[in-house]
Amino acid sequence: MASTITLRPLVSVEHLTHHYGPKRTQPVIDDVSITLHEGEIVGLLGRSGSGKSTLLRSIAGLLRPDRGEVNFAARDDASPDVAMVFQTFALFPWLTVQQNVELGLEARRVAPVERRARALAAIDLIGLDGFENAYPKELSGGMRQRVGLARAIVVDPALLLLDEPFSALDVLTAETLRTDLLDLWSEGRMPIKSMLLVTHNIEEAVLMCDRILVFSSNPGRVAAEIEVKLPQPRDRLDPAFRAMVDAIYARMTARPAGTPVRDGLFPGTGISMALPHVSTNSIAGLIEEVDAQPFDGRAAMAELGDSLGLEIDELFPIAETLQLLRFADLRGADLVLTPEARRYAGADVDQRKAIFGHALIAHVPLAQHIRRILDERASHRATGGRFRDELEDHMSPEYAAATLRTVTQWGRYAEIFAFDEDQDSFSLEDPA
Amino acid sequence: MSEITFRTRVLRASPRLWIGLAPNRADLAAFVLLAAIAVAALKGIGGTVAPIADLAQHPITLDPANLPWYALRTTLRMFAALFASLAFTFVVATLAARSRRAAQVIVPALDILQSVPILGFLTFTVTFFMGLFPGQVMGAELASIFAIFTSQAWNMAFSFYQSLRTVPSDLDEVSRGFALSPVRRFLRLDLPFATPALVWNAMMSMSGGWFFVVASEAITVGHTTVALPGLGSWLALAIERQDFHAIWLAVGAMAVVILLYDQLVFRPVVAWADRFRFEQTAGTDRPKSWAYDLFRATKILPLIFAPVTALGRLLLALDPGGRSRPARAPGGPRSEWLWRALVVAALGYGVWTLADYVAATLTWHDAASVLGLALLTLSRVVLLIALASLIWVPVGVWIGLRPVWAERLQPVAQFLSAFPANILFPFAVILIVCFNLSPAIWLSPLMILGTQWYILFNVIAGASAIPTDLREAAGMFGVRGWQWWRDVALPAVFPYYVTGALTASGGSWNASIVAEVVTWGHQRLEAPGLGAWIAKATATGDYPRVALGIATMSAFVLAFNHLVWRPMYRFAERRLRLA
Repeated sequence: MASTITLRPLVSVEHLTHHYGPKRTQPVIDDVSITLHEGEIVGLLGRSGSGKSTLLRSIAGLLRPDRGEVNFAARDDASPDVAMVFQTFALFPWLTVQQNVELGLEARRVAPVERRARALAAIDLIGLDGFENAYPKELSGGMRQRVGLARAIVVDPALLLLDEPFSALDVLTAETLRTDLLDLWSEGRMPIKSMLLVTHNIEEAVLMCDRILVFSSNPGRVAAEIEVKLPQPRDRLDPAFRAMVDAIYARMTARPAGTPVRDGLFPGTGISMALPHVSTNSIAGLIEEVDAQPFDGRAAMAELGDSLGLEIDELFPIAETLQLLRFADLRGADLVLTPEARRYAGADVDQRKAIFGHALIAHVPLAQHIRRILDERASHRATGGRFRDELEDHMSPEYAAATLRTVTQWGRYAEIFAFDEDQDSFSLEDPA
Repeated sequence: MSEITFRTRVLRASPRLWIGLAPNRADLAAFVLLAAIAVAALKGIGGTVAPIADLAQHPITLDPANLPWYALRTTLRMFAALFASLAFTFVVATLAARSRRAAQVIVPALDILQSVPILGFLTFTVTFFMGLFPGQVMGAELASIFAIFTSQAWNMAFSFYQSLRTVPSDLDEVSRGFALSPVRRFLRLDLPFATPALVWNAMMSMSGGWFFVVASEAITVGHTTVALPGLGSWLALAIERQDFHAIWLAVGAMAVVILLYDQLVFRPVVAWADRFRFEQTAGTDRPKSWAYDLFRATKILPLIFAPVTALGRLLLALDPGGRSRPARAPGGPRSEWLWRALVVAALGYGVWTLADYVAATLTWHDAASVLGLALLTLSRVVLLIALASLIWVPVGVWIGLRPVWAERLQPVAQFLSAFPANILFPFAVILIVCFNLSPAIWLSPLMILGTQWYILFNVIAGASAIPTDLREAAGMFGVRGWQWWRDVALPAVFPYYVTGALTASGGSWNASIVAEVVTWGHQRLEAPGLGAWIAKATATGDYPRVALGIATMSAFVLAFNHLVWRPMYRFAERRLRLA
């Protein structure tokens, strides 16, 4: 596809930077420059918090970036340049399918007769004929997303923005919708010149896109740009397809040479490291999975994701937590358990807690910090607010709360400290 | 699923089928109903544009033939106030949601106004409106309507404001992405999204309003005495003449009016508003209303809504169509300081004016005695809420756990909470006089007579919402007796109970103004308290004392809300929410 069409630039994003946080000091995306051309589907692949959505919303004009520009190639007509399809469908429950689809046209003052004709055509195109008068709550998830698509393409946008459009759907429905969308695209039945797809599903990106931009987190940057030259329609079982998926996994887990394993996994250092929301059950589950056959201590991330049915958004934080706790190392795109982790896998409940507690104190500075304070105090008590304040010096209140929740859960499991929610206090007391 | 939902499906799927059918029986029935309502409304409105001398020429009489007419006038006042409240809500709440600065002033103001004893206002409003329309019935009418308005508007505006602030972010992005103009966005997104909560709050406001319409029709402020034709005035006259029979008639008329209002207005509106509930799945038990189904089955429905639809069309046609701003640009620090300085200056001026006004005529002694009386009323409110809770929580839980009973009794509890308790006051007075009881103690229950039902129907709602699995688990493990109450029932209904008790306590404070002083002919019973103090000051037209009384009562209600109910709310949110 991409190779047969001359690459005329459609949208160029230049040096886009956006910050968040109470003082707007932490960059979500930092100096991102990309160009989208006519006739291509571009994937934005990255984890949650990598700023994909921020970039998408900046292009959509919903966000005004702190710095940088979004420029559209000049168009001859006045129709809007972009339209967006949402992960949550974003349909108005009190409007019928037809009224939902007409919304954008109505806002542009299109005459009722023409509005109606265009909406019906779009509904027809997207395969919703017969549901014009239905309300969204009467439709299944897949059909709702079809309404979302029809509403976006009816306004005749040059660029279609897709914000994780299939991630709220079940596997089968998502696949049907992807195929239908690709068919419409390749047959040229939509007036769209280019599509930008945000996803955290590597296979989906390889399946649909001509070009994939891999985003790194903290701050969001374009870490890699990968051309997908496989012919459409693509086959997930094709070895070339698999090889590409594996290569992207490796790419996304790779760390710049020379950085120590532990640093750079999560934003912040020392006690101010923001910890992800990963439960001890997930940690134990991943260790057990990799320890067992067929992996026997070493597993390719892509295969792990497949066998556990986890997307990178879910798998990566767990794998990184294992690295943080020195339960695993990453070699290429393979996750390799350390001897400590293999011992953990074979241990009983109490031994597991002991191993986990040891790793927690040794490798998670915040856990170590809380435990030391409790040890030092005669009362062996400290309020949660004390640590929250400390964390908020370095991160946003939401991140601080999430980090403290995670460390509390880990610490309770390891029984290295207790926490009383009513009194908001940490202690060394055994709740039993 | 019932037949009703089936019929709505058919309607939606093929609307063309229904066009061109001959008028059916439902059309006829609906037409008669609507025509009757229209004629009655026109007749009632005609009565308001008359010189005040008319009131003297046609004084209130206890002739049963006049009762429907009085009931009509009372009802019209209620609806006039409701429309005023809606207009106020749309303007003020939208302003607060759109402008951060406006919100800084409006939101705390609404919070306080919600807690102010409305009946205390009457003194000021009657004087003001009579001055506005000298010698016209309209002045007194407006004063009465304004009193009802002040009992309805604040919580409606608050609910609308909160809805606007919680519009789902994806729908907000769609609206901004398609560049909907502000007007279109309001009609397409904000208004529909806020409708269910607004309807519910309007209904609660109406329930509370009946109490005030009864209290505000016949009023004496200083030398001015006005008795507007209405059930309230009928009641006042009946009390003056000690006409027991007339009081029974008033109770009956009120019951009929509330029943009609419930069936013909409130239920249809709730059934209609159901379509705006923001949920993507089809609900199983939708609110039902025979009147709504009747209107739906006719071709008259679009006719009724024609003025509303036309207004919407007009707004859209006049819509300048400016693009809504892509992102909010915060104002500069200098204008921010200027704004704060302005607010502080206005506040300072207000405090100074108030202090100056009150201090000119009142002494510290007055302040001390008001404080003592307020504490007395406070202890009454606390004790009564506790007593009502002890009675109604177990009853409510019992009813709520039995779906058949809950379905039957929930509307009854709501009906009782709408019924103006002040109509029943004479019976209590007769009993107290008859048995020679102490007014200081036995007048107290009147304060909670009308408001206790809020506790009951909220607890019923809470108990019906206890998930079946929790109940089954409790049953399987043999949890019963006190343990069952402590671990299952009470935590589950607590959030609902707090809502009900908060409403009940606020209402009781308000009711104290009419409940602490009651009369029966020449018999006058009085219980010492802040309510009685305000009532007396109102009757003698002693404005500074009224102001002091209202301010004290507002302060007590506010303090009570912030120190007792809010922390309980937070606790319930944090620990007892069934996620």
